[in-house]
Amino acid sequence: MSSSPSPLHLAVALDGAGWHPAAWREPVSRPRELLTAAYWTDLVTEAERGLLDFVTIEDGLGLQSSSHTEPDGRTDQVRGRLDAVLIAARVAPLTRHIGVVPTVVATHTEPFHLSKAIATLDYVSSGRAGLRVQVTARRNEAAHFGRRTFPPLRVEDYETPAGQELLTGLFDEAADYVEVVRRLWDSWEDDAEIRDVATGRFIDRAKLHYIDFEGAHFRVKGPSITPRPPQGQPIVSALAHATVPYRLVARSADIGYVTPHDADRARAIVEEIRTEQTAAGRADETLHVFGDLVVFLDDDPAGAGARRERLDSLAGHPYTSDARIFTGTPSGLADLLQEQAAAGLTGFRLRPAVAGHDLPAITQGLVPELQRRNAFRRAYEADTLRGLLGLARPANRYAAATA
Amino acid sequence: MSKPLKQIHLAAHFPGVNNTTVWSDPEAGSHIEFSSFAHFARTSERAKFDFLFLAEGLRLREQGGHIYDLDVVGRPDTFTVLAALAAVTKHLGLTGTINSTFNEPYEVARQFAGLDHLSGGRAAWNVVTSWDAFTGENFRRGGFLPQSERYSRAKEFLSATNELFDSWNGDEIVADRQTGTFLSDAKAGAFVHQGRHFDIEGQFNVPRSPQGRPVIFQAGDSEEGRDFAASSADAIFSRYATLKEGQAFYTDVKGRLGRYGRRPDQLLILPAATFVLGDTDTDAEERARGIRRRQVSGATAIKHLEFVWNRDLSAYDPDGPLPDIDPDLGEHTIARGRAQVRMYRDPLATAREWRERAAANKWSIRDLVIETGNRQSFVGTPATVAATINEFVQADASDGFILAPHITPGGLDDFADKVVPLLQERGVYRTEYEGTTLRDHLGLAHPDDARAEREAS
Ligand SMILES: Cc1cc2nc3c(=O)[nH]c(=O)nc-3n(C[C@H](O)[C@H](O)[C@H](O)COP(=O)(O)O)c2cc1C
Repeated sequence: MSSSPSPLHLAVALDGAGWHPAAWREPVSRPRELLTAAYWTDLVTEAERGLLDFVTIEDGLGLQSSSHTEPDGRTDQVRGRLDAVLIAARVAPLTRHIGVVPTVVATHTEPFHLSKAIATLDYVSSGRAGLRVQVTARRNEAAHFGRRTFPPLRVEDYETPAGQELLTGLFDEAADYVEVVRRLWDSWEDDAEIRDVATGRFIDRAKLHYIDFEGAHFRVKGPSITPRPPQGQPIVSALAHATVPYRLVARSADIGYVTPHDADRARAIVEEIRTEQTAAGRADETLHVFGDLVVFLDDDPAGAGARRERLDSLAGHPYTSDARIFTGTPSGLADLLQEQAAAGLTGFRLRPAVAGHDLPAITQGLVPELQRRNAFRRAYEADTLRGLLGLARPANRYAAATA
Repeated sequence: MSKPLKQIHLAAHFPGVNNTTVWSDPEAGSHIEFSSFAHFARTSERAKFDFLFLAEGLRLREQGGHIYDLDVVGRPDTFTVLAALAAVTKHLGLTGTINSTFNEPYEVARQFAGLDHLSGGRAAWNVVTSWDAFTGENFRRGGFLPQSERYSRAKEFLSATNELFDSWNGDEIVADRQTGTFLSDAKAGAFVHQGRHFDIEGQFNVPRSPQGRPVIFQAGDSEEGRDFAASSADAIFSRYATLKEGQAFYTDVKGRLGRYGRRPDQLLILPAATFVLGDTDTDAEERARGIRRRQVSGATAIKHLEFVWNRDLSAYDPDGPLPDIDPDLGEHTIARGRAQVRMYRDPLATAREWRERAAANKWSIRDLVIETGNRQSFVGTPATVAATINEFVQADASDGFILAPHITPGGLDDFADKVVPLLQERGVYRTEYEGTTLRDHLGLAHPDDARAEREAS
């Protein structure tokens, strides 16, 4: 292992009581408080105590389900959730440094509404906002909106031509969505508000821009009703498991979350994304590729394993995930993260198996361990999320065009 | 025997995109930064106001083909600001104006139910129906409507969201660790809604919130708008705040409630109003005149006249007489993105009346706009203002007022410190919040209690 490892970026993914379906049954969990502000404030402030870069907040436009494609009618797991943008906004004024990155569903929502919501999240957090864009082909969620229908699609169908066509269409639409959101963030130049008493003009309207977006799926005129947010461009991120979503990450995002199960696979995914990034003309832009991991962390490996087994037996089956599952000690996890970082991942998004247990284990166990290895910050060194991630505040595309 | 004194309801409208706001004042701060909203909300809560109110516009206004630049331009997203304000207040209601034309019921219901959870029961929705294609250009579905269908969609939208709010009883989350039962009912949240505008079904994923449903406001002014309020709203945000106009509106709207099996006390009438305080009444009058002149510059006066004339009037002198040409009656193209107001619907009559009034009073264009654009403003010493507000409420011109100060964000501070204590002394205004939810502040029943009452009667 290299003697001066480059510092890692660390985020946590928050979802209900945690990522294990039986997490809510742990004594430390607060299953009746999952819809309260206090619960979310406690989680995010704990993450901030650990100096983490940001939290993501899961969301969806239907009830949670153990099936990827349809509701499961189960009553033994957490069901019911709040809008992630609202949770992020509710928590933002009570934190100072940590980034807040809610999930947004591009398939059924309006990019105009979403753009101003995230811009506003950036204002209420003084420059710590981002979003995680997600698509959905679930038929039940489409029926909640009643505007479009999807053919039945099982996970096994993803690789078929019909499955690929559907997913490609949804991801292309998501790329357009992100493009609209980003143009709207730039639709006001930073110094558009002039308050010129002499001429009576509040704004210089030459510094406001119609975005005139026209794509295959929708058009949007602009400008935004909300001025350019503090970061200029809040962080855009996406979870990606295959080529089509890797392409969305490479073209549109600042961070991609990927799910390699070993260092070789991590290297291959990073290479694929970097190639696409270059093809998209973004080679000189910072694009983070974060590894996603589910974590069961305890001071001794046997304890972590026993906890996982106990949860599995409560759930009635072994826990599986799209992401690699780590069960062990903070120092074992630090080894793994450093090994994967050497394969090209620039950060990690950890999914606590039990929020009330594994989040504090990250902040109070893993973080000090990484600090001892000089692999993680000892204090927040920037005021904005872009700053924490080493991203400059971008120039406004419209200002550049007219300058 | 005299009637018991009515308790006054007060709320604060964050000043923004209209010419109420004197952005040129040295004390005027940001209308975007969160610190401004937090200051405004904290003052409102210190004054024991029922709620804070946010207006909405979904496309920047234009005049003569250009983005309107004389007033404050730009505002943050309603839901996001209100959720953040829930973190810096404890009691204050959080009322958001959200359009029923450019949104979908499932999403709006999630957002309001979420805001209600995250604020401990303080959410309210002002349902507006602006429908125009101009605004629709910002939405991927080109989601605009014929004007005649705006309330048909709004009504169906509201009934669909009510079905979603009611799709959870509130007792389904049992979270029994021993048995492993999280939900007592696999069908919690199930709904089916079929109608002209929406054909939706599935399961709502936000469990019942503290208020059951958010408080519903309405702000349309047409016959249909008033009926919509009488049938479906808990409160109405109106324009009519003078004594006479207020009483007429109050009588009209409260008179409609019986048709929908509702009592007059089930709909509060809360007009928009401004205020100007001074050390003496004369001092306040003088300050009010100065503020009006700063709100209505010469350029602003011309633009306001253009709303009625539907023509470019930039060649006219704001300090001169009104144009003697008539308004252009073609499609209204000069001013776009403004809420439609009745006075602009018969421009010929409005123009005639304005010319007569201006001639009779020797008013210039600017004087005329200042006089006619003047909303109800309570002007005087704190004692005068407290007495007048109380008089209007006791005389059924309203149940209270939604106050829009002309300065952001400090414009409410004096009102909180000087007028509110006088209302409290008169026994017509709370000294402490009696409850925790907005329904409590407004004296509205929880929807479950209301249902029980209906079923019992
Ligand atoms: C006091 C008042 C405030 C209003 N505020 C808004 C607003 O913030 N956003 C909006 O889109 N419409 C607003 N409106 C307009 C409407 O609520 C209404 O949807 C529109 O005028 C059409 O309804 P109507 O024909 O019944 O008046 C407001 C109306 C009134 C009377």
